[in-house]
Amino acid sequence: MAEVQAKSPARRLEDIRPLSPHLQIYKWTWTMAMSVFHRMTGLALYAGTVLIVGWLLALAAGPGPYECARWLMTSIIGKLVLVAYTWALFHHLLGGVRHFIWDTGAGFERDARMALAKFTLVGSIVLTIAFWVIVALAR
Amino acid sequence: MATQNRSFRTPRANVTGLGAAHHGTEHFWRQRLTALANALLIIPFLWILAAAYGRDYASAAAIVSHPCSAVVLLLLVVSVAIHMRIGMTVVIEDYLPNRAQRVVAVIANTFFCAAVGLVGVFAIVKLSVGRLLL
Repeated sequence: MAEVQAKSPARRLEDIRPLSPHLQIYKWTWTMAMSVFHRMTGLALYAGTVLIVGWLLALAAGPGPYECARWLMTSIIGKLVLVAYTWALFHHLLGGVRHFIWDTGAGFERDARMALAKFTLVGSIVLTIAFWVIVALAR
Repeated sequence: MATQNRSFRTPRANVTGLGAAHHGTEHFWRQRLTALANALLIIPFLWILAAAYGRDYASAAAIVSHPCSAVVLLLLVVSVAIHMRIGMTVVIEDYLPNRAQRVVAVIANTFFCAAVGLVGVFAIVKLSVGRLLL
């Protein structure tokens, strides 16, 4: 008790402030999973943007650095990272469209929000496959 | 005692200028605005990425430095830098319970996103201006 009183009031308030339960105690639902996915893909795109800017910088730096970037991008790991990046991009894009629909006040009914959540996952996978098939066929 | 210490300032004067008056939705609005810009620019960006992917230096540089590509990439890099800064700020505010860590992380995030945006702009401008000078 004495130790608690010794701390500043602001610090003590932070210590005793109740915390809401975290993810693990809730039953997983589509809307919750896709909300988590939206945040995770956002974080992944943060890193992905750094890679894209790195690629642009390598190109601006000249043929030597660009060859290095090209080798990385066309390696197996590079291809996997690029496929993961495009999937994250499509998922975050469709998640964003879902948020725009919600911003208008629509899509909150049970069936509508479930359909929208499933659509972000299915749509992102379809778009990713379609994108890389087109890239492969165009070569 | 209590009456002696009473301020002559009105209750309204005590709160004027504090808090998020008229700016409370700034992050919300800017995140939507950049989201819309990103959504529109993603399509030409993926086109450029697909066209330049795996190409030799001369072809990739020609694709990226084309005026149309350069303008799309410049707009996208600026919009994405703002969008990712706001997004990461929200994540930091949600998950870092320690105030000092949170402030440092939010500042570091702002600096990092500004650097990513500026490096992107520099690279695109160097490529496209370099092409004009050749």
